[in-house]
Amino acid sequence: MEKRRRLRRIGAFEIGNTLLMLAVCFITLYPMWFVFVNSLNSPQQAMLGTVNWFPKELSLDSYSVVFNDKSLMNGFYITTMRTVIGTAVHVLFTAIVAYGMSKTNLIGRKLYLKIALITMLFSGGLIPTFILMTKLGLYDNFLVFIIPAMYTFFNMVIFMSFYRTIPDSLEESAKVDGASDYGVLFRIVLPNSMAVIATISLFSAVYHWNDYYQGVLYIRSQDQLPLQTMLYKIIAENSMSLIQQQAMAQFGARLPGNSIKFASMMVATLPILAFYPFIQRYLIKGVMIGAIKG
Amino acid sequence: MFQHRTGLIKAFFRQWQIQSMVIPGIIWMVIFCYLPMLWLIIAFMDYSIAKPMLESPFVGLKHFEDFVTDDRFWRSIRNTLGMSSIKLVLGFPIPILFALLLNEIRNMRFKRTVQTISYLPHFIAWTIFGGITLNWLGEGGVVNQLMMALGFQEREILFNSDPKYFWWITYFSDTLKETGWSAIIYIAAIAGIDPGLYEAAELDGANRWQRMWHITIQSIRPTIAILFILAVSGILGSNFDQIFMLKNNMNMKMAESLDLYIYNMGLVSGRHSFSTAVLFVRSIVALGLLFLANYTSKKLTGDSIF
Repeated sequence: MEKRRRLRRIGAFEIGNTLLMLAVCFITLYPMWFVFVNSLNSPQQAMLGTVNWFPKELSLDSYSVVFNDKSLMNGFYITTMRTVIGTAVHVLFTAIVAYGMSKTNLIGRKLYLKIALITMLFSGGLIPTFILMTKLGLYDNFLVFIIPAMYTFFNMVIFMSFYRTIPDSLEESAKVDGASDYGVLFRIVLPNSMAVIATISLFSAVYHWNDYYQGVLYIRSQDQLPLQTMLYKIIAENSMSLIQQQAMAQFGARLPGNSIKFASMMVATLPILAFYPFIQRYLIKGVMIGAIKG
Repeated sequence: MFQHRTGLIKAFFRQWQIQSMVIPGIIWMVIFCYLPMLWLIIAFMDYSIAKPMLESPFVGLKHFEDFVTDDRFWRSIRNTLGMSSIKLVLGFPIPILFALLLNEIRNMRFKRTVQTISYLPHFIAWTIFGGITLNWLGEGGVVNQLMMALGFQEREILFNSDPKYFWWITYFSDTLKETGWSAIIYIAAIAGIDPGLYEAAELDGANRWQRMWHITIQSIRPTIAILFILAVSGILGSNFDQIFMLKNNMNMKMAESLDLYIYNMGLVSGRHSFSTAVLFVRSIVALGLLFLANYTSKKLTGDSIF
């Protein structure tokens, strides 16, 4: 039995399958490696766009342009603020609403849940939402990143199902000691919900960090643009103007756009890549909770 | 009755704390979900954003008539269905295949590493991933170099400027980015299969493919069914972040999906009422598809989505 198993392990299928999986890893990692290599390449090499495994001529010129670019760094700041504030507000608000909703003695609970569920099935869509944001004064306003993203039905359901796993006796004993509902929530329930808070925070943070579309839709002033929206304009609309001007001033014509693109892409992705190994298991957990619910 | 009602009001105020947790959420939903629904009414008006809504004249179904006679609208339907169908037929099985093959890896460390790496691209923004795609497909890009080195093409092709490649570009870039992530749910379903089933099958002399077919696939069939039904019901949607990033004036003929059409008509050309009319129909059809999906799922597997 033992022998048979060992024999099977080195069969042609195992070798082929292992190679295939290695190929998957390669295909998955190579795009980011490509950006990394070209961002470190000297501008001339990056312009050629040739396939290199390592930088041919190591140079940090592109990064120095990116880090000296005031508008890009402002975009970085806006994105960071948006991610921190947006995530904190989303998690706090959703957690509180979900706690109220999870109380079975809540008067009107059935109606509230119906109101919440309908938002999942039907929505006004792009144009009415856009008009509403304008009417609410959220157009070209930093708050457009925060307030409309305060709540999602999906995350509320995740919170609610997690609260259900917290033993009632914990809450009851706090109640006996005279704690209010808010006291129970903040002193007992939330400290015991750190796993789900971590998961939802991460999803929210990744959304805020990666989203470019809200910026395209609602932000007009240059100094309110998040980093990803700037990248969208640089890459998809090829509007290099500001950065290119700055680069020209600093390096003359010898710094073509490509390497700056790669360097700014790298700067925009670095936080995700840096945290990814530590956070990925929380992200998986989030999907699993969602999958069971969904 | 009267007494009961006052009792209810009293009870309501007695639980003001939990009520004050929920009501802000309800207010948020009313403002950000229900008000936009109400605003769908401008589909029947000649609405101008500068005036209050009720001062705009009602025009009945004018905008609906306009868009059903617009060739560009039907083109956007064709593009949406085209891209969705490719994704559905050729894209849907790939995460399942990946999960099945990953499951055959015996070395747990290697397996976990492959899995972790495979869903990394999901967390990279479409601006970045789209930027890489555009660079690779462009002049002197990786794809051109590879195809020329392998002898598939003689000259460079500007893939993203030629509309005929666009659907395939969305398919391949989406597969590259999302396969690992979509596989998670299948991998979890496979992990939940009772190992006893495999041992019994092995004793009965079932080979690898038989075990894969009769045990693994049969066990995850409900998961596959539900995800497939959901995918079918989402056929009118498109990955907006992706298409918005990859589209340009040259490939618009094939790139303009229904959602992009709504965006272009409403926010680029400023035809708010016209676009909202399209949105209105799109929302109703999408809702119908969702109910149909839910019904089918209930009939087939006994599981429903909501």
